[in-house]
Amino acid sequence: MHEYSIVQALIDRVQKEADAHGAEAVNGIRVRIGELSGVEIDLLRSAYDLFSEKSVCEGAELEIVPVPARWTCRGCGAQIRAGEILCCSVCSQPASLAEGDEIILERIEMEVA
Amino acid sequence: MCETCGCGDPELMPVEVHESLLSENDRAAGHNREHFAGQEVLAVNLMGSPGSGKTAVLEATAAALDGSGRLSALSGDLATDHDADRLQKAGIPSLSITTGSACHLDAQLVHRALHDLEWKESDLLFIENVGNLVCPAIYDLGQAVNVVALAVTEGEDKPLKYPVMFRKADLVLITKVDLLPHLPQVDMKAIEDALSHTMPESAFIPVSAVTGEGIDRWLEWLEELRRHHGE
Repeated sequence: MHEYSIVQALIDRVQKEADAHGAEAVNGIRVRIGELSGVEIDLLRSAYDLFSEKSVCEGAELEIVPVPARWTCRGCGAQIRAGEILCCSVCSQPASLAEGDEIILERIEMEVA
Repeated sequence: MCETCGCGDPELMPVEVHESLLSENDRAAGHNREHFAGQEVLAVNLMGSPGSGKTAVLEATAAALDGSGRLSALSGDLATDHDADRLQKAGIPSLSITTGSACHLDAQLVHRALHDLEWKESDLLFIENVGNLVCPAIYDLGQAVNVVALAVTEGEDKPLKYPVMFRKADLVLITKVDLLPHLPQVDMKAIEDALSHTMPESAFIPVSAVTGEGIDRWLEWLEELRRHHGE
């Protein structure tokens, strides 16, 4: 259940930004979570609901943008479809993950006086 | 204050961050990596399910090297020092990192433990992660490579069920192959196929800590890595 550690890092980061901008409240947070990041979105949401209480994030809406895994060939850039062998059928080069492993805090919406 | 009409309501301000939520860990991992490079120590993050044979592989590694390689180890465990004790008995200076309820090691835990372990004189530092096929894959520790132990008894589709872990693996040790004669239903080709769907550069070595099968290939792999790493 590393989702709890991730949420703790999220709240710490939001607190830092809120302090830096003199925020009175935080209304919303947007994160991007990759399919192959190892973070379960449902678990992240329940960890957030639990840990955000009495923190700077209390009451702030958490928007989670899921990012599907996208593999491309390292050599020719061809797309490699999900469920296939991770090797290019055209040039036999190994695949590389173009996106889908991110755990990113994208944006915070806050109220400033 | 809202500047449009001066009503006194607070103003909504979007703040763009675009930063990984693992950045603290990644910074600490970078720091560990510098330490390892400075001492020319190759750090290996060894992961795998509970009971996949991580400790046994390290014991067999020490036995096969028979004092000819300098090893050290950190061993992550939820509640006991058993693994570190076993490694110590096998002749590997070792220290346990007791994680309590945490399901993985992180870079800060490793950094703190390095202060109490004599690792600087070793060629290889093994970081035996907490037995778990999910969480440890997410946390960079500063290692040079990730190695995953997968026992033949775990099921051929394990890599497909845990793609995050196997994607990160530089090498998979397929362990307990001495049991294969007793497991007619286990198809090694199916394991290999599952690996090729989850690892872009599928690399695996079948090993047995009991018979020593494959341990020579594992040592060669490590030696080759050490040569390239030093360059």
